[in-house]
Amino acid sequence: MGNQVSLFVTCMVDQLFPKVGIAMADVLERLGYRVDFPEQQTCCGQPAYNSGYRAEARTVARHFLKTFQASETIVVPSGSCTAMVTHHFADLFQKEPETLALVHAMEKKVYEFATFLTEVACVEDVGARMEDVVTFHDGCHALRELGIKSAPRRLLAHVKGLELREMAPAEECCGFGGTFAVKFAELSGAMARTKIDAILGTGAHTVVSLDPSCLMQIQGALSRAGLNLRTMHLAEVLASR
Amino acid sequence: MSAEFDLKIHDTLADANLQLAIYTATGRLKDKRIEVTADDRLPDYQELRTQANALKKHAIDNLDHYLEEFERNVEAHGGKVVYCKDATEVSDFVLDLARRRGARLIVKSKSMTTEEVDLNERLEHHGLESVETDLGEYIIQLAHEKPYHIVAPALHKTRYDVADIFTKELHVARETVPEKLTLIARGVLREKFLKADIGISGANFLIADSGAVVLVENEGNARLTTSAPKIHIAVAGIEKVIPRAQDLAVFLKLLARSATGQLLSVYTSFLAGPRRTGEVDGPEEFYVVLLDNGRTKLLPDRSKRQSLYCIRCGACLNACPVYRKIGGHSFPWVYSGPIGAIITPQFMGVSHEPALPFASSLCGACGEVCPVKIDIPKVLLELRSDVKKSEAREGQNRIEKLAFRVFAWVMTHPRIYELAGRMAGSMAPAGDGKWIHSVPAPMSVGPMKAWLSQRDLPPSPSRSFREMWRQR
Ligand code: SF4
Repeated sequence: MGNQVSLFVTCMVDQLFPKVGIAMADVLERLGYRVDFPEQQTCCGQPAYNSGYRAEARTVARHFLKTFQASETIVVPSGSCTAMVTHHFADLFQKEPETLALVHAMEKKVYEFATFLTEVACVEDVGARMEDVVTFHDGCHALRELGIKSAPRRLLAHVKGLELREMAPAEECCGFGGTFAVKFAELSGAMARTKIDAILGTGAHTVVSLDPSCLMQIQGALSRAGLNLRTMHLAEVLASR
Repeated sequence: MSAEFDLKIHDTLADANLQLAIYTATGRLKDKRIEVTADDRLPDYQELRTQANALKKHAIDNLDHYLEEFERNVEAHGGKVVYCKDATEVSDFVLDLARRRGARLIVKSKSMTTEEVDLNERLEHHGLESVETDLGEYIIQLAHEKPYHIVAPALHKTRYDVADIFTKELHVARETVPEKLTLIARGVLREKFLKADIGISGANFLIADSGAVVLVENEGNARLTTSAPKIHIAVAGIEKVIPRAQDLAVFLKLLARSATGQLLSVYTSFLAGPRRTGEVDGPEEFYVVLLDNGRTKLLPDRSKRQSLYCIRCGACLNACPVYRKIGGHSFPWVYSGPIGAIITPQFMGVSHEPALPFASSLCGACGEVCPVKIDIPKVLLELRSDVKKSEAREGQNRIEKLAFRVFAWVMTHPRIYELAGRMAGSMAPAGDGKWIHSVPAPMSVGPMKAWLSQRDLPPSPSRSFREMWRQR
């Protein structure tokens, strides 16, 4: 595998948290990768898929496949969007063998950011430094669909000055769930507040995750509760020095 | 979403005592399950799940074959198998038998299947007395409620609640000590067992090769229910059949551990037919009612029929962050939690409560703990698609449909996407980098309003990633 990687920053990072994408590119470049950004990219289609609109999701998925067809390796700052491509695109194209073949080829090229670092780049120490006490929130799709548990923790363990405190339980959902967050707003808010209790229990000042959507939910609820804690994407932590 | 569903969720969330009761009780069950399925306690846990899934898949794929084998074997032991297609057929069968035998009093052991067909209500409507003998079920019956949880029906009741119910319904002196409350129930129920004409149980497993009904319980009441009265009727969904007695080696290892964190339940009974000559106990008549009630509708769909693998352990409820907030009674049918969310729309039709498959953050905790490895999130996603198809046929929810068509169009036209993003960004209130607490009234509608009802909104960045990238 060459040292060229393409970024799929996700629509959420593109529109709301651009610094996460920049941080991810910085870390990759420091490790010697040449980074490109296919300009045609938009979204993975998950919002439509999770809302039951499969035809619309299929349209967006096709666009994704076309956009990244030429890329060798694609790195994504989100477990959820990665899982959409690697675990759900295939469901959408069961009846289209040709597209399905493209999907299976794509599944092998798409990596969630932390997994890319530990498994492809084979690094755990990216030379980051951040003086802080943090806790790590496992995004549900990263954890349960992609099986990501130790990679982000190994990366955080090598950040100088950083102390990681685990919450009990780190695996419980923050309550985001895409359109669930607005369709069942009150319930979603209650789930976020339970998550926040767990976060406060650690005494950490910063919540780190590898999913921007969880961070938006958690930061939104922290801010609403008037709590002075911050959230950071793993890429932002690893880009600090 | 129906107003009723919405209201029940809201009321449950607003009740602080109830919130604590649900969270504590499910938390305890969940922690115990984790403890006894840990690597050092049950090293072959994942292997057992894989085997259980394969056994269930095989049984459901060959359901007709195993049901016939089961029936043959039950009849060889002198029992009788009765097929019922719905609730009415079950109650008609029981009522007819009761009439012919002159029966008046029925004792029941815990069974979600009989709850599903409202059997108690139907029998009582015809003048029979039908008494639940599992302590939790008895409490719920006295309170005129439905089970809150498929394993722990009275999970939401504190001992003070139980004390109130007993005082009111049984006219006894108020007691709040759990042991004493249990003694009160025991006293009443012993009498019922001695007088009962018919005992009705559910079934955890139906074993095809031995024609046996297997019951798993902790209180011993199912033993009494099935042996004290002259007639025993087991009511079971057709999906409960498994091929061989030896398959229990897999299922019994998983069931109690997943349900309550026990290694094995206190009593496991094998009931194969009525009392034989020379035997000292057991009923004189033995019936197995095999219920369809919508189950066969699931068979044609290769993926969704995995919903029939369920062994009703309740682990998915305890693991579910949604169940742990909204509890059992918010759900539109007797089956609650993740399993309820996938079987209710399939048994009752998706329009029964179209919002149900959407009441999930798709966190996947249910699928992770399910001992028979039902991919619940996958089935939820399939049901969501079914709901949208049904809405499209009925011409409902047109605005949402249009919104997603626009979404797909924008997301396949990167220039438009960028422009739309810039427009939205310029309209968003300046937050000076701070998170936004509220937006002007005209903007506070739909999803925006819903989001802001609970959380702050991220400030819109001055440039999108792609703009920053170009200028980098
Ligand atoms: S779906 Fe699985 S976890 Fe849930 S009750 Fe059924 S067997 Fe147990």
